[in-house]
Amino acid sequence: MSLMKSLLAGASLSLLPLVAMADPALIFDLGGKFDKSFNEAAFNGAEKWKAETGGSYKELEMQSEAQREQALRRLAETGANPIVMTGFAFGEVLNQIAPDYPDTKFVIIDMVVEQPNVQSVVFTEEQGSYLAGVMAAKASKSGTVGFIGGMDIPLIHKFECGYAQGFKAANPEGKVIINYTGTTPAAWNDPVKGGELVKAQISQGADVIYAAAGGTGIGVLQAAADANILSIGVDSNQNHLHPGKILTSMVKGVDNSVYDAFKAGTEVQPGIKVMDLASGGVSVALDDNNKPLITEDMTAAVDAATKGITGGEIKVHDYMTDNTCPVQ
Amino acid sequence: MERMPKWADVILTPLISLVLAFAISALVILAIGESPTEALKVMVEGALGSSYGWGFTLYYATNFIFTGLAVTVAYHAGLFNIGGEGQAAMGGLGVALVLLAVPWPHWALALPAAMVGAAVFGALWALIPAWLQAKRGSHIVITTIMFNFIAAALLNYVLVNLLRPVGSMDPASARFPEAAHLPKLTDMALAFGMQWGKNTPANVTFFVAVIACLLVWLLIWRSRLGYEIRAFGKSERGAVYAGISPVRITVIAMLISGALAGLMAINNVMGEAERLVLNAVEGAGFIGIAVALMGRNHPFGVLLAALLFGFLYQGGGELALWTSVPRELIVVIQALVILFTGALDNMVRMPLERIFMALRKGRA
Repeated sequence: MSLMKSLLAGASLSLLPLVAMADPALIFDLGGKFDKSFNEAAFNGAEKWKAETGGSYKELEMQSEAQREQALRRLAETGANPIVMTGFAFGEVLNQIAPDYPDTKFVIIDMVVEQPNVQSVVFTEEQGSYLAGVMAAKASKSGTVGFIGGMDIPLIHKFECGYAQGFKAANPEGKVIINYTGTTPAAWNDPVKGGELVKAQISQGADVIYAAAGGTGIGVLQAAADANILSIGVDSNQNHLHPGKILTSMVKGVDNSVYDAFKAGTEVQPGIKVMDLASGGVSVALDDNNKPLITEDMTAAVDAATKGITGGEIKVHDYMTDNTCPVQ
Repeated sequence: MERMPKWADVILTPLISLVLAFAISALVILAIGESPTEALKVMVEGALGSSYGWGFTLYYATNFIFTGLAVTVAYHAGLFNIGGEGQAAMGGLGVALVLLAVPWPHWALALPAAMVGAAVFGALWALIPAWLQAKRGSHIVITTIMFNFIAAALLNYVLVNLLRPVGSMDPASARFPEAAHLPKLTDMALAFGMQWGKNTPANVTFFVAVIACLLVWLLIWRSRLGYEIRAFGKSERGAVYAGISPVRITVIAMLISGALAGLMAINNVMGEAERLVLNAVEGAGFIGIAVALMGRNHPFGVLLAALLFGFLYQGGGELALWTSVPRELIVVIQALVILFTGALDNMVRMPLERIFMALRKGRA
């Protein structure tokens, strides 16, 4: 920290703080850096790079929707390179800004932006969620499971649809209850509402609930643990938040993407980078915290599904290709 | 007899208040273990040290001029309009609807039309609280602040359900047509062969804001309506005795006020974002109150105060970017400035008056 401080102080001492420094930068979208989920995974990736290389990076946290363009421009002006941003919401803004800074490399996570200096990292969330669905089906006693999404957008329907497909594959008679927290980015950071939705789903019989809702998920996991039912975390490995109460976490390798981008530095390869189950981009987390919850039957089912998906025998439908889901 | 000379009233008092506010801010920065001189340096360099910083400072100042003028006009009628936030948000909706409805061939045509859209939507949003105040006696402070929330909820609905382009996940409207983009100050400087403020959002709206200052001055001090507004604001009973209708003045003053707040959208929606996003106003409506208070409800004062707050806003952003001074502290500094220039005005004014009285007595 002190190194970073002195570097920053040094930069601000120079007459023009806009002189080029080729530090990488990371921008967190609404939902907050410490959401224990999506943004925090990105932060962990950056910290890992920092610990390994001893380098420093710049970070910014969005406070409102209207700041995105200014934040991006400001970082680009300061010479930060590459600039990594988390979240689909930067897509439109980045598409406008990237051509203005042809020498800067941008990396956007969860969205495709087709510009010559942009790397777009997308994940096959439907595959990881499929595995989570299989596990939920095996763990559920009531045959009813829940899904709580953050903002109601196609990207999160992709999680929902993969989850439902995996669940139905293991339990065709079962039922999935689906709720969304809201329709604006504020839905990523509303743990109270997340907790309320858990109570509503429990009253409808759900005993495993999957949260794909950024910071809202903290409330979902908490409420589920309080009510003594199982929950499934997302993006980061969240198993440790409530040991023995969280069935698993659908982990997206956001940390690795950020780490890779920082490591590549200005040599980041533009284009679309798909992180799938086969490449370890998505996975279900198994560690000491959820070990007691995992039965042999469950492990076998997950292994079979993993093999099926990577081998191509199981095709998990991607909601975003046609905005429909084959199972309900 | 005047208690103190005009220059002391208009310049010295706010200046001393400002110095006090900064002194306490410095203590706060010191208390969290940062260097106040370093912080001030970053703020001044970030906001005024380069044409890039100036570009942002002027952009923010433009927003604050409009919202400050809105508060000013209402204030002269004795009305406290704290609904600038909502009126500016609705103004944004007006701009977006106008610009998306017609394929504008040129910005010079689009600008007046968008201004009308912004002003009408802002004014209409102020009309209901005005009418409630005039006819029903519902207090305008309460109704205007409640209308901020209604405006935010309405914009949420419109952006998510109506204006969001098909296939987009972001709750924002489509981009405005290329031809309707306002010229930035950068482009105008380039036309004179000057490199100035590259990639900053300051645009031609700044000049519109300055013209608006002049027009508001003409309205308040050089027109019959302005006289009526001021008379009503000073004493409602006196105004009624003079044949001025309270309902008419309340409604007209609030319509003008709302229209001015709405016009801010020309700057942030049409000039900067070039599409309508959520939370586009970013608190400028509330800062307008401070700007008007500090500007002593005079358009020229508003202009100066808006520049100061533009500096605070941009400098604060730079502070958050370049030092480990937390973002929240910038809000503390802004709050101290508001507290000292607005609420604690008399704390500086009264001793000053006493000093001037004593000086005068000594001379006499």
